[in-house]
Amino acid sequence: MPPNRKVKDNQGKYERSTGGNVNKPKKQTRDKKLRAGMKKIDDQYKEAVSAAAATQYLLPESAGYLEAEDEMEKTFKVKQDEIKEGVDVGTANKALDLSLKEFGPYHINYSRNGTSLLIAGRKGHIASMDWRKGDLRAELNVNETCHGATYLQNDQFFAVAQKKYTFIYDHEGVELHRLKQHIEARHLQFLPYHYLLATAGETGWLKYQDVSTGQLVSELRTKLGPTTAMTQNPWNAIMHLGHSNGTVTLWSPSMPQPLVKLLSARGPITSVAIDRAGYNMVTTGADKSMKIWDIRNFKELHVANLPTPASNISISDTGLVAVSRGPHVTIWNNALKAGFENRPFFGSMGQNNRNTPYMSHLIPGNKINNMQFVPFEDLLGTGHNDGVTNLIIPGAGEANYDALEINPFETTKQRQEQEVRTLLNKLPADTITLDPNVIGTIEKNASSRRLTAKDLAEISNASLDKAKFNKDIPKIQPDVKGKNSGLRSFLRKKTRNVIDERKVRVQRQMEKEKNTRKRNHQIKEGHITEDHKDLVDEALERFS
Amino acid sequence: MKIKTIRRSADDYVPVKSTQESQLPRNLDPELHPFERAREYTKALNATKLERVFAKPFVGQLGYGHRDGVYVIAKDYHDLNKVASGSGDGVIKYWNMSSRDEICSFKAHYGLITGLCVSPQRSPLNRDQHFMLSCGDDKTVKLWSMNGDDFANVKDDQNLNSQDGLLKTFYGEHAFQGIDHHKVKTTFVTGGPTIQLWDTARSKPLSNLSWGADNITSVKFNQTETDILASTGSDNSIVLYDVRTNSPTQKIVQRLRTNAICWNPMEAFNFVTANEDHNAYYYDMRNMSRALNVFKDHVSAVMDVDFAPTGDEIVTGSYDKTIRIFKTNHGHSREIYHTKRMQHVFQTKYSMDSKYIISGSDDANVRLWRAKAWERSNVKTTREKNKLEYDEKLKERFKYMPEIKRISRHRHAPKVVKKAQEIKQIELSSLKRRETNERRTRKDMPFVSERRKQIVGTVFDYEGKPKKLKRNNEEEFDGED
Repeated sequence: MPPNRKVKDNQGKYERSTGGNVNKPKKQTRDKKLRAGMKKIDDQYKEAVSAAAATQYLLPESAGYLEAEDEMEKTFKVKQDEIKEGVDVGTANKALDLSLKEFGPYHINYSRNGTSLLIAGRKGHIASMDWRKGDLRAELNVNETCHGATYLQNDQFFAVAQKKYTFIYDHEGVELHRLKQHIEARHLQFLPYHYLLATAGETGWLKYQDVSTGQLVSELRTKLGPTTAMTQNPWNAIMHLGHSNGTVTLWSPSMPQPLVKLLSARGPITSVAIDRAGYNMVTTGADKSMKIWDIRNFKELHVANLPTPASNISISDTGLVAVSRGPHVTIWNNALKAGFENRPFFGSMGQNNRNTPYMSHLIPGNKINNMQFVPFEDLLGTGHNDGVTNLIIPGAGEANYDALEINPFETTKQRQEQEVRTLLNKLPADTITLDPNVIGTIEKNASSRRLTAKDLAEISNASLDKAKFNKDIPKIQPDVKGKNSGLRSFLRKKTRNVIDERKVRVQRQMEKEKNTRKRNHQIKEGHITEDHKDLVDEALERFS
Repeated sequence: MKIKTIRRSADDYVPVKSTQESQLPRNLDPELHPFERAREYTKALNATKLERVFAKPFVGQLGYGHRDGVYVIAKDYHDLNKVASGSGDGVIKYWNMSSRDEICSFKAHYGLITGLCVSPQRSPLNRDQHFMLSCGDDKTVKLWSMNGDDFANVKDDQNLNSQDGLLKTFYGEHAFQGIDHHKVKTTFVTGGPTIQLWDTARSKPLSNLSWGADNITSVKFNQTETDILASTGSDNSIVLYDVRTNSPTQKIVQRLRTNAICWNPMEAFNFVTANEDHNAYYYDMRNMSRALNVFKDHVSAVMDVDFAPTGDEIVTGSYDKTIRIFKTNHGHSREIYHTKRMQHVFQTKYSMDSKYIISGSDDANVRLWRAKAWERSNVKTTREKNKLEYDEKLKERFKYMPEIKRISRHRHAPKVVKKAQEIKQIELSSLKRRETNERRTRKDMPFVSERRKQIVGTVFDYEGKPKKLKRNNEEEFDGED
């Protein structure tokens, strides 16, 4: 390692889990050039990690927080009104509160960069708006039930799951497509890097539609009845579906069976959420349970019992877990970490090692239909019976965005260029696997792989054994009558004038077969008994 | 209670004026960049496809070519865009590669021009003064001055030019074959029935370097270790000489004749030879008992070979009417160039910036090719440059992925070559089969590696070195057989 490169304490965050197994002890190769080349790659990787870690100090923004100043203060007792007084005007203005009493309950969806808000009322009211400017882009009433809505690659297109079909509208609300294959969809998810719209609903089918080419990429039958919950894993684009028997199934468009099935509740699953790194999954069931899973190894981290069944769950970029039960919203911090001290509880019960809620909120006489943390903001958007409300949750959002990935301040030109760029780099649907970094690695089971000495020895031993145990010639079948024994036809196939070791063996076997057959015949006729031994033959045996 | 929320001021992120660049903050946290590897692979795949889309190797021909086959090309080691070519009818043409026009054209010899070299020396009085040496079947070596205006009066290149630009004529006793000039001294060397060392200041040869009695077909000075000289003979030999001691030093004999030789400009002890047996061989002059590498792919005799100035690539021209480019550490070509009209290629040379290749062929044309078929030499913006560099790195990183490998390796070869390859494949495999059959019955049959097969005999017994010394050698050359 060059002396000018220091190991930084935040470096762990920038390590790649599969790409750089640099720190593992490796078998030293004898080839000097190869060794030098590998060392160079390792050094480059270390350099890159170190350089990336160094840039952390240059990040312009810092995350928000809500901290109690003494023992007696509890953060979950702070009301939204108090927060609004405590924060600056800009943030307070972002606490949107739309009162839409007529067409609720509302489903909300924020675009990937958080600038646009799509709302869909159950009774058919759909609106797309730039919520910060209060600029309404599209508003329409489709006069039929709407169950879900999602923006596609940017805020220019959105899909709505309506009573029977799923529709795609453009930014002005003009209907572009009616997806007639997506019948009675209730949940919509868009995979931005694969340009896939995934739908699931009453039919129990999970369907993937490529929105750039218009092809139906895959139709998967879950065979588990209507899908009750659905979410995508943003890290590997696997779909997680919740079912009414309490199982959660993981799907990839290239596999007709679920990749993983896990039982997470004793009643129907009501909601599933996954954090952005793809480490943890949180599920809630109608049996009032909330389970936190580590989906890297499918182990349960925490189980929490709720007073009433939860209807929605959402995880923020910083790892806050928000759960809604009827009119209540409860948010825990650190709940995704392992250890008893991080297990979510509602009250401390006199103990001081309990993870009590970080924040909570109540919308009296209402029911929350849908929640989503606003990307890159300290806000939690909720859609409920009476409209849409944004709750201020300090510390919920990612403070520093990467403008070359998702840019909340993008101009029209940038948005257009970004769209072209993502289309060029669109990932094929069949590359969706549990490990997103599997591409570019060596397939260990490939037929073209070079065999090791051990494999070769096994193969050659097997072929030697074949001759040893006469597996390369037909078996003796003394019971078979008729002239065509397997050995005889085998001999016929071999060229007549070639006598090799195998042929000699076959002839010997045939002789044996003939004798056994003769003996069997004699036993049957009653000339000799079952245990008859020809003493002369046995005596002469030694000379043969 | 302490409260803080994220507060981004639009003033910091949104440009005030339309001419201003907008703020593009980065965050390198891997969690913000999902599908990193898969997206890079997709980019690499696109870059590989674009590389094939932009692959247009042929730049054009120089002027209107010659009237007879081009059998010699000499590159100017100092001038990036000048090249000289000589043809079968004794005409020498001097070319400007950037405008692809001829600077001058004159008849230098009666009959074939067999050797041509632009002297690396400059006149001490005028730095722009070039010299060129040519030799021919007419038993003369001629020294030319290569100022562009020297030949302004030559209107006709049908008749022998005996005054303009001609500085001196050296008369020999036999027809010459091959000529090369020493890099710093005033001496030059000629091939033919004898190999002779000359001085430009004298009219008679300084010495005769012959070892044995055979025709020398080509000679080449080492440009780095300037007193070392290599020659190829019609007795299938390669001989190395040291001009300081005025004597030959090493000799090996191969199965078939070597047509051309070229020293590695970066590793002065290595050289590559173009052989009649369809292969080019890479030798180390310190141990010539085996080749460092064998470059296979041509389906006919390799006529010429030249090193890129970077020393990691060679270009070969062959009698099968194709040009191939090899990496020195790889046994098969990375590129094949051909056109419908190009006949047997007798000369291939890299330009001194390693970006272009000049080829001379039987059809009297001098052609200019790109060394990297997809590369363009135009001025690029920084963004363009960055993109190309990034793509290059991605292609390098994912080059073993099956799809990328397939696309980047795909080339169109002429039908004749394709057919010849198939036939050759059958021939080679049956020879190999025969050898294995023979080996089955003869236990004492020695194994000869592919890198030693072509060698019939060496003068020195390289194996007989003290053991310690040999180990040292091996450390220096890792990756030998």
